[in-house]
Amino acid sequence: MSEQNRQASERYRNNFLKEVEERVEEGEWVKMCMQCGVCAGSCPLGPAWEHSPQKIFMMIRAGERERVLSSDAMWMCTSCYSCIVRCPRKLPITHIMHGLANYAHRLGLAPKGQPTRDFAKLFWDNLVKKGRVNELKLTLAHYFRGGLMSGIREALAMQGIGKGLLKAGRLNPKELLGGHALKDLKGFHAIVAKAREIEDRKKGLSG
Amino acid sequence: MAKKEYAFYPGCSSQLKASASNYLTSVNSMCKTLDVKLTEIPDWNCCGASIGYAEGGELPRHAINARNFALAETHLPGQDIVATCAACWLGARESKERLDASSTLMRETNEALAAAGLHYKAEVKIRHMVEVLIEDFGYDELKKPVVKPLEGVKFAGYVGCQTNRPFGIDGESFENPKYLDKLVETLGGDPVENYDQKVTCCGGALAFSEPEKSQKQIRDIVESAYDHGAEMIVTPCPLCQANVEVYQSEINKKQGTKFSMPVLYYSQLMTVAYGGSMKDAGLDGQLIRATPLEKITGK
Ligand code: SF4
Ligand code: SF4
Ligand code: SF4
Ligand code: SF4
Repeated sequence: MSEQNRQASERYRNNFLKEVEERVEEGEWVKMCMQCGVCAGSCPLGPAWEHSPQKIFMMIRAGERERVLSSDAMWMCTSCYSCIVRCPRKLPITHIMHGLANYAHRLGLAPKGQPTRDFAKLFWDNLVKKGRVNELKLTLAHYFRGGLMSGIREALAMQGIGKGLLKAGRLNPKELLGGHALKDLKGFHAIVAKAREIEDRKKGLSG
Repeated sequence: MAKKEYAFYPGCSSQLKASASNYLTSVNSMCKTLDVKLTEIPDWNCCGASIGYAEGGELPRHAINARNFALAETHLPGQDIVATCAACWLGARESKERLDASSTLMRETNEALAAAGLHYKAEVKIRHMVEVLIEDFGYDELKKPVVKPLEGVKFAGYVGCQTNRPFGIDGESFENPKYLDKLVETLGGDPVENYDQKVTCCGGALAFSEPEKSQKQIRDIVESAYDHGAEMIVTPCPLCQANVEVYQSEINKKQGTKFSMPVLYYSQLMTVAYGGSMKDAGLDGQLIRATPLEKITGK
């Protein structure tokens, strides 16, 4: 168990809802859920979800900390926003899912080797490095065309993404995601670092 | 003097000058015809949207978006920010609304921006190119420059998620937004009015990490277009475009389908209807060639 996780679970003891309210993006909304189930049918990858948003919110209130934070569910969110526009209580469900994923990831409780988790981290690290990312059309097209998807899929599922991709031999993650650097890269880095410092301080996270 | 001026936020797609060009190329052609001047926000950065949350968290995401806002406010005062990428638009707009609603987040964001000598004044507006077309021009204005109507071509308007939810285009419903259909009609084309996968999610960024599950979505999107007699799909979102076009061959391979449905941007349709060449419209950038449109450019 990570030190941060130990501290967090000690601090909030039996009040996971409070922990979510204080530390998860838009977490203060969770208590507004009335368990109507509308969101549960909204997720496009729904059948693959271990727990629907509705269930996650119920589990948060029931204090099922470990189960929630180690769930695969948040990582299946495609950011389609169907839930948000349907929820009768106007919960920002998408953002709560993202917030939970972020919190679980930072505490080290998110499922290891979860492909979306690994991809998301790679994406962010790359974007921070240069300030821009190449994610779009022909970048995609280039490696899909070569049939590299299966290689990526495997690399993501089986091994640590960086090493896996390199081992696959057909793909350099730096080339895949690297973009032109910003002119004021120093300033950009300073902004990201400062923002992270403030957020971590507030959320009791570090490193 | 150009008729209308905007602070342009092209998103990362524009960097690959040679390759990711078809959206940008066609947007530029379309804007030329419409007398719109797009000035890139100097030194803009990625919005971090859709998938940035896991490592990025909340404040860093808002802060990098606010950096773009601050740069636009400083260098292009009074101009609205216009994004062409649905994800960029959404990410930026989300950050803006969150900051405008919370003085704490606003203070913290500006504390972060100060590290690079910047300050966000919360003046700038953030819009998608589609909003500009519909609100600042309107269908009647957009019709005027049409010289090569897209007669006889049937288009399925695939709106997808992120220009539709949660904000959407003013006056449109979440279930059945009509703007792409109206645009197709404006250009003389034939919209598939009852295309039932119009707002289905293609899997977004999870097309990378959960390909099988996303491909199920994409299969539905393409299949329904075929079922309704469409010859092409038209979309406002670069990730939708890429996902829906690029995966067809994968799906064919795995599931024995024979998909070969061209997927285009609204801006490509407009460029063609406005008399642009294949190159102006970026039609040479398609993986699945848009033959009926190519023919029209040659007419
Ligand atoms: S739709 Fe809203 S209120 Fe209903 S279960 Fe989901 S989150 Fe709760
Ligand atoms: S945004 Fe996420 S949580 Fe909401 S419906 Fe889509 S996939 Fe489900
Ligand atoms: S969301 Fe995607 S397209 Fe938009 S700026 Fe970020 S990486 Fe570029
Ligand atoms: S349809 Fe797909 S790519 Fe388009 S906005 Fe939705 S998730 Fe993103």
